[in-house]
Amino acid sequence: MAIERKRRNAIPEQDATIRSKNFDEVALGFDEKVAIDEASRCLNCKNAPCMKGCPVGVRIPEFLAKVREGKFSEAGEIIKSTNSLPSVCGRVCPQEEQCEKMCVRVKIDGAVSIGGVERFIGDYMLSLPSENKEVIKTGKKVAVVGSGPSGLTCAAQLAQKGVEVTVYEAFHKTGGVLVYGIPEFRLPKRLVGAEVDKLKEWGVKFELNTVVGKTITIDELLEQNDAVFIGSGAGLPMFMGIEGENLNGVLSANEYLTRINLMRAYESGSATPVQRGKNVAVIGAGNVAMDAARTALRMGADEVTVIYRRGREEMPARAEEIKHAEQEGIKFRLLSNPVRILGENGKVNAIECVKMQLGEPDASGRRTPVAVENSEFILPADMVIVALGTSPNPLIKDSFDALETGKKGTLIVDESLMTSVDGVYAGGDAVTGAATVILAMGAGRKAAQSILDRLGVK
Amino acid sequence: MNQIVKKRALAPKVNEYVISALRVATHCRPGQFIILRVDEEGERIPFTICDYSADEGTVTILVQEVGYSTALLAQKGEGDYIADFVGPLGKATDLSEYNRIALVGGGIGSAVIYPQAKFLRAIGKPADVILGARNEQLLMYLDEFDRSANNLYLATDDGSRGVKGFVTDVLKKRLDENAYDCVMAVGPMGMMRAVCALTKEYGVKTVVSMNPIMVDGTGMCGGCRLTVGGKTKYACVDGPEFDGHEIDWETAMSRLGAYREQEKEHACRLTGERR
Ligand SMILES: Cc1cc2nc3c(=O)[nH]c(=O)nc-3n(C[C@H](O)[C@H](O)[C@H](O)COP(=O)(O)OP(=O)(O)OC[C@H]3O[C@@H](n4cnc5c(N)ncnc54)[C@H](O)[C@@H]3O)c2cc1C
Ligand code: FES
Repeated sequence: MAIERKRRNAIPEQDATIRSKNFDEVALGFDEKVAIDEASRCLNCKNAPCMKGCPVGVRIPEFLAKVREGKFSEAGEIIKSTNSLPSVCGRVCPQEEQCEKMCVRVKIDGAVSIGGVERFIGDYMLSLPSENKEVIKTGKKVAVVGSGPSGLTCAAQLAQKGVEVTVYEAFHKTGGVLVYGIPEFRLPKRLVGAEVDKLKEWGVKFELNTVVGKTITIDELLEQNDAVFIGSGAGLPMFMGIEGENLNGVLSANEYLTRINLMRAYESGSATPVQRGKNVAVIGAGNVAMDAARTALRMGADEVTVIYRRGREEMPARAEEIKHAEQEGIKFRLLSNPVRILGENGKVNAIECVKMQLGEPDASGRRTPVAVENSEFILPADMVIVALGTSPNPLIKDSFDALETGKKGTLIVDESLMTSVDGVYAGGDAVTGAATVILAMGAGRKAAQSILDRLGVK
Repeated sequence: MNQIVKKRALAPKVNEYVISALRVATHCRPGQFIILRVDEEGERIPFTICDYSADEGTVTILVQEVGYSTALLAQKGEGDYIADFVGPLGKATDLSEYNRIALVGGGIGSAVIYPQAKFLRAIGKPADVILGARNEQLLMYLDEFDRSANNLYLATDDGSRGVKGFVTDVLKKRLDENAYDCVMAVGPMGMMRAVCALTKEYGVKTVVSMNPIMVDGTGMCGGCRLTVGGKTKYACVDGPEFDGHEIDWETAMSRLGAYREQEKEHACRLTGERR
């Protein structure tokens, strides 16, 4: 059957020259009409290849069909049966690597904008007054450590089944990376706030400023609860260990983004200070690097350069973020690797890199970059932001020996997501290392199901 | 929200705050610190715990007014609330290997060694305490130290109390008498660095409590990183105490000034002060 051609609807965006100077959301989202139009592009394939691309198996053709009929809340219910945070996932999932990659239309006239429609529905659901669902209390209690997407999802699933849930969060604000990492212009904080408010309505308690392992121990949580879920995130930012890394003006993306997102250092008058680089170098090419680079631009930098040791194809960030970064004028120095950071009077003023070329593919299939001899060059920079990933935070493990960790320090779990300690479950970045929102959410959901099974809650 | 249950002035621009924080109080040990925010718009600032009472559920900190946030805190009185108070963070002090210990405190750091002095007294290993300050007014917790120290030595820059000179002058004399197998120093980085330079000559183990700039205090941002023994360490999770002879002081002191310009600007907005 020939497919009638109908181009993918582009998501409207703020103009690049304007948005690079503000923190408002870049992508503006579909309106009702366009969402319906886009949903109607779905061919409703029998074998639904898109679903295979989704880590949590959202019933994509089904929800798109409802959207086409204008039945938005029914569409929402379908998504929510496997994905609790559609307004978030619609914005931050790497759709081009997941559902949309598998869409049959991808090579014809562009994949259905599944993310775009999901975002529309997610926002629609948040705009509805929440219904007071009567849940029968089970008398069971669960403690959740961390309020990132894994913790929030786990809490939501349990609370909906009448389990009494308390979420313990180290920071003074809930949301994990969704609030302190991903910037406002990509994920407005009010959305995360709205999701958290829903949980509160369901009776979930939040204990902020509580560092599990320090303020309260896992042993205590186990005494007071029937089970514990650990969703404590990816952990410590990695540095390269090169000369000059501790100069002033060199900082991790985590620190930079936290100062700006969580502590609102971008507002004039904020008590939290932040350095405003004019000539900023960002090392790394994942989502975190793109976020840091685009934030630096919005903080008034004249020039922002992303330095990455591999090539364009290998950049791990979402395609959309790379595109947006380029539109906004971020420069890319690909196949370049920093070798040292130079400074004067304790402050950075340049970064020295070496050119790289791609060699043979390694075990993971990615081609290993090797340095080209005598190809060093110097880039001036008054701020260097390091976004090279994380290594697990030993804080919880150190306070609770019985928890087994793998070679890299991530928590070890079994099929049911239970750790080496009976009744203690874990998921998200704490288990996988830095990954994605959708995987963290899926893990929170799966662990919740295991806990419900364990507690005999139907 | 945590309530200030007691506040008293110990010296000009130095206040002691007793803050209600049950969980922190029941879990903390000497050497650990907390992070607080004064109000909803506040920055996160770390303070070492000076004392705590599990029974009363309170934690005591000592705060010197040095910038915007500390000045804002100083405006709060007994009965008032601060927005956030999180801890106890960092590792606890472990001096169990040592028997002849000197605790050296400079300026506000004196208060910070108090829980250690109290603890060592309680386990029957009272330490010598050497305190230094610019003048008599800035010497703190003298009664408390009197009760807990083995010997208490004082030094002031202007000689208004105790020896005229620095803590290192007193310490040197005692080191000459081979009095200690371990020194713990807490105070401004310059003072800790000077103590370490001295004890290194005598080959006496020296522990210092580092106070770099922090954000989260849980190992998430890397802002508190230091070079210790050639390796990068995070003060908030690996410390705050380190072997003073291994610290790269040059870098640590330079990093402390990373936000000096911005902070100046901000303090002025609160006080109307111009510099
Ligand atoms: C800048 C940035 C951009 C990103 N962009 C994307 C993107 O576009 N798409 C995508 O899919 N993914 C993205 N990610 C990754 C994604 O955000 C994470 O994979 C996801 O948030 C992991 O969720 P989590 O619940 O495991 O942990 P987190 O979100 O890290 O949450 C963990 C929470 O636990 C708290 N915590 C830690 N230790 C303790 C303790 N001891 N006691 C109490 N609380 C504790 C933390 O404070 C935190 O709030 C990005 C990450 C960053 C940093
Ligand atoms: S304060 Fe952020 S890592 Fe130590």
